Amino acid sequence: MSTHNITVTVNGQTHSAEVESRLLLVHFIRENLRLTGTHIGCDTSHCGACTVIVDGRPVKSCTMFAVQADGRAVRTVEGLEVAGALHPVQAGFKEEHGLQCGYCTPGMMMTATALLESNTSPTEAEIRQAISGNLCRCTGYTNIVKAIQHAAATIRATKTETPARGVAPAGKSAATA
Amino acid sequence: MIQEPRTTPEVGGMGHSMKRKEDGRFIRGKGNYVDDIVLPDMLYMDIVRTPYPHAKILNIDTSRALATPGVLAVITGRDLEKYNLHMMPTLMSDTQMVLPTDRVVYQSQEVAAVIATSRYAAADGVAAVDVDYEPLPPVVDPYKAIEPGATLVRPDRKDTNHIWHWEAGNKDATEQVFRDADLTVSEHIYIPRIHVASIETCGCVASYDKAREQLTVYMTTQAPHAVRTVVALVAGHVGLSEERIRIISPDIGGGFGGKVPVYPGYVVAIAVSFLLGKPIKWIEDRMENLQADSFARDYHIDAELALKKDGTITGLRVKTLADHGCADAAANPSKFPAGLYSIVTGSYDIGAAHVAVDAAYTTKPPGGVAYRCSFRVTEAVHAIERLADIAAHELKMDPAEFRLKNFIKPEQFPYKSATGWTYDSGNYKAALELAMQKINYAELRREQLEKRARGELMGIGISSFTEIVGAGPSHTFDILGLKMFDSAEIRIHPTGKAIARFGTKSQGQGHETTYAQIVAEELGIPAAHVQVEEGDTDTAPYGLGTYASRSTPVAGAAGAMAARKIRDKARKIAAYLLEASEEDLEWTPGKFTVRGSPDRSKTIQEIAFAAYTNHPQGMEAGLEAVSYYDPPNLTFPFGSYICVVDIDKGTGDVKVRRFVAVDDCGNIINPMIVDGQIHGGLAQGLAPALFEEIQYDENGNIQGGSFMDYLLPTAMETPNWELGKTVTPSPHHPLGAKGVGESATVGAPPAIANAVVDALWHLGVRHVDIPITPFKVWKILREKGVSE
Amino acid sequence: MIPARFDYVAPSTLDDAVTLLREHGGEAKVLSGGQSLIPMLKLRLAAPTVLVDITRIDGLEYIEERDGALRIGALAREADLEQSPIVRDRYPLLYDTARVIADPIVRNSATICGNVAHGDPGNDHPATMIALDASFVLHGPNGTRTVAARDFFVGLFTTVLEPDEILTEVVIPTPPPRSGGAYLKLERKVGDFATAAVAVQVTLDGNGNCQRVGIGLTNVGPTPIHVTSAEAFLQDKPVDTATIAEAASLAASAAEPVADRRGSEDYKRDVIRVLTSRALTLAGRRARGETSNRGS
Repeated sequence: MSTHNITVTVNGQTHSAEVESRLLLVHFIRENLRLTGTHIGCDTSHCGACTVIVDGRPVKSCTMFAVQADGRAVRTVEGLEVAGALHPVQAGFKEEHGLQCGYCTPGMMMTATALLESNTSPTEAEIRQAISGNLCRCTGYTNIVKAIQHAAATIRATKTETPARGVAPAGKSAATA
Repeated sequence: MIQEPRTTPEVGGMGHSMKRKEDGRFIRGKGNYVDDIVLPDMLYMDIVRTPYPHAKILNIDTSRALATPGVLAVITGRDLEKYNLHMMPTLMSDTQMVLPTDRVVYQSQEVAAVIATSRYAAADGVAAVDVDYEPLPPVVDPYKAIEPGATLVRPDRKDTNHIWHWEAGNKDATEQVFRDADLTVSEHIYIPRIHVASIETCGCVASYDKAREQLTVYMTTQAPHAVRTVVALVAGHVGLSEERIRIISPDIGGGFGGKVPVYPGYVVAIAVSFLLGKPIKWIEDRMENLQADSFARDYHIDAELALKKDGTITGLRVKTLADHGCADAAANPSKFPAGLYSIVTGSYDIGAAHVAVDAAYTTKPPGGVAYRCSFRVTEAVHAIERLADIAAHELKMDPAEFRLKNFIKPEQFPYKSATGWTYDSGNYKAALELAMQKINYAELRREQLEKRARGELMGIGISSFTEIVGAGPSHTFDILGLKMFDSAEIRIHPTGKAIARFGTKSQGQGHETTYAQIVAEELGIPAAHVQVEEGDTDTAPYGLGTYASRSTPVAGAAGAMAARKIRDKARKIAAYLLEASEEDLEWTPGKFTVRGSPDRSKTIQEIAFAAYTNHPQGMEAGLEAVSYYDPPNLTFPFGSYICVVDIDKGTGDVKVRRFVAVDDCGNIINPMIVDGQIHGGLAQGLAPALFEEIQYDENGNIQGGSFMDYLLPTAMETPNWELGKTVTPSPHHPLGAKGVGESATVGAPPAIANAVVDALWHLGVRHVDIPITPFKVWKILREKGVSE
Repeated sequence: MIPARFDYVAPSTLDDAVTLLREHGGEAKVLSGGQSLIPMLKLRLAAPTVLVDITRIDGLEYIEERDGALRIGALAREADLEQSPIVRDRYPLLYDTARVIADPIVRNSATICGNVAHGDPGNDHPATMIALDASFVLHGPNGTRTVAARDFFVGLFTTVLEPDEILTEVVIPTPPPRSGGAYLKLERKVGDFATAAVAVQVTLDGNGNCQRVGIGLTNVGPTPIHVTSAEAFLQDKPVDTATIAEAASLAASAAEPVADRRGSEDYKRDVIRVLTSRALTLAGRRARGETSNRGS
């Protein structure tokens, strides 16, 4: 069977498609689903521009087949903003000039999002370690670290606030896709 | 002194660290890069490449490929030859194969193109094309290449592999100074081939509409207008006339010079689209990008300083062999085949200098200058800063003291260098002293002595560089005959908002923000209300594009000049509205006020509205202007960087412990964006200093043709960059700004190399070529009897 | 970067997986984390006709101590090792190793069993498994068999794993008290294979002498290198500067490196000497409780 029917939940929406077994997840996302925020930057799994979150963990979507995502939940950069509210990671990248050409940015932000979901107070060393699978040529990383620290501070502050009138505090994205 | 902004943060003129206007789409994953573009009926192109660096093509068998599901066509050089499209000019007036008809001259050269209905089918087609080659001897060593009897790389062009010879400075005066010198310091420095490796590779969607007879090409290009003109000149004979060609640079994921050249893939895609009348998408993968696209550096340098025994530099002599691969496809101004390399006298007051460069053909990809180098300034600064450090160490002078002694002094500006450049302004002493203070230089030297006594290896390296950017004045600069002005076209709408279009093309430098800030500075219209566009040749005024840090110096100046033309007209309208004479009006950002009557004023918004609803009789309506700016000179940003390294005696590993960078780029438009440019440039200076290299073995096989071996530093290898600023405005630039995009790539590698050599000098080490790998350091240590 | 076509099956039991492998002879390959296999497929360096995805099989993700050993299932990911408190606190060599494999994103997908089964001398776990004297459970059409790590790697990309077998479990004997381990890897940057790396696991006796030591070397030979010479030398001796220096020399001699862009043979041998010395020192300090299992 060179083709398969798969059902993948992406940013909370379920998609079904018939795909070749060799179709890379990144191509499924970009071309079948037309979500072009996830990018391709290399062919040896080094650059991380294709990073998405699959079942809660960052994965290089160029090193995974779409058939492996059958029945799984995928989050891409397009799913970070919820109801018009930027995710703290997105806000942090803008506030701290954590992007220049923007090409590595979606992958970088997905890695950062997953990091902050498991650790809201990462040290600088932990941040650099966490993003060591994401290459950037424009920023020299300094402002990316600051962007993630900015996002962490926002998330920590939001967690200590009491939600007003039953509305989830800004930045608390839907739990999973 | 960094001056206070003249406008409020709400207006966001110069000096404000305004958040970037372009970020909105990028943080949402809504950027529009070439591979995001999908057109109806679009086909996909993939390229067959040769494994041989030099070979005759005996036969190309396309039968298996044509039988592959989804494959529609296979294009070879013979197909293009029918339309005389198999060769193309390079930016340096050499020629380059689009697709070969009989020979290949570099490993991974394009040999044939497969057109298919999907990306995957195109890849299958490529794997099914069978090519028979007869290997020929590779030409790898540029020194051997120019010896008599060497295998010719370009028999179609010359009967030698020597491409050109170029000189600058005064040979005789320099020889005299060397004869008279108390001492001379010389070194052979090899700066190896590297590759920009922006995270987005190159590609295009070429779409020829047969009904409209129009070609539209979405393309990763830093210079869309130049590409349009070149396509018109090259393909005009098949009916592609310039008014029917539209080049669109969409969002670009990093350029750094690598997206200036016209690659064969673009030309084939255009040709195929023209023939089939369908859109053709070609996106190269990373290995193709590293192995076939234009490279940088590859300079073999012999450099010498002549000195008095008190450490005063009296002369500089540089001889260089440039390895250009199989075609001189560098992107240099035409009179400067070695770019602006003759800036090699650097920040020092050197009375006599002579620079000679020879270029050689080899069987390697064509090129180069592409890697954030300001047209070979990286090479020049590396040479002079290494020499300065060697000289200082030989004279047992502190390297900072040596530099301070030899710097051009502030009162000497504008300074005419021994190779003919007129530096606009500088204060090198202030920058170095600030850097020394920020890093606590004296304390570091004390620490170094203590560590050395314990056998620990710690080094401190300085680089005090002068950059030369903003090409350039029309009397001296052109690329393929196109003068290097740049342009801005600004139109104010009735409600006081604006659109501003430029002839440059940002690939991450933030022009949508900084150019808006220039308009805000000059007109007082909030930058948030100024829409900036670049990259569409149908609408943008003609420009030479963004590279060599020329956008702020040239297009930014054009923006200021166009805005001033608008202000001049606005003054007339204001005078009319206020019933005052123009001379009685005073301008403050955003409004004209009648002198002495503060309540009688008109804002720029009111004036804009009047331009469409109540303009004076005899004056045209509207409020807009175009400026084509011909800079009177280049600009000369500068800086001093200091780096501290610690060397692991056991493994040779070099760790950058601290890096302080003090930059002076004149007046600053957006400090946040300038700092970001410096951070990025520093990382792209660290990378060649310690990690990056593309080599060819003796058989012409590339080493370092994928990210497995071409090493880009991650956040773990990159230190935290510490920045400082001095501000010495450019006296000739309308905004006093100089440009900064490449300063750090230029200044950083010698700071790191100098630090390593400084750590090892006491062992008898004078020089180490970059990249300074752990293996290189280990070899040196073991030779000197040092180990763990 | 586009793989050639292949068929794909995702069985739900191990036996089904093994049956599929048997049916397709050597033309089928196991897909679990895919972080070694998929890059090879994309470069068309491997072109299996069938991929057998074992990640839908339940019950293979465990990392647990049972019956005197740490047992790691086929689908346990490197990231799981990093996050496991058992591994962090009691298996420092394993923890050190997991943290330097590829990069953190790859480690979310990559499996320990896959890293071992692939047979790449550049992979990090094999040397560690040798130092730990681990064994591997191989599940085939005729049932399971257990092979010691020290017997598993026989040549370049060649192990004793048959084409119709799946490596389903790694078994690491729980170290006794007074044990310590360390993995030191010299890499040019995060994500690179080792220029050279050393795995050391040591147990000291009541007098502080070496009761048992295991030493494995990464990427300095066609297989991971088991340094029996140094192990024999250290047996029953104190682990001090002098013995460490000798053991490190022996390790360097045992290495069979190949020159490449990372360095010459002599360089790699010397790096082995230096890293063995440092790893033995660190493992000794950890065994003596002088530093925590995450400290240096």
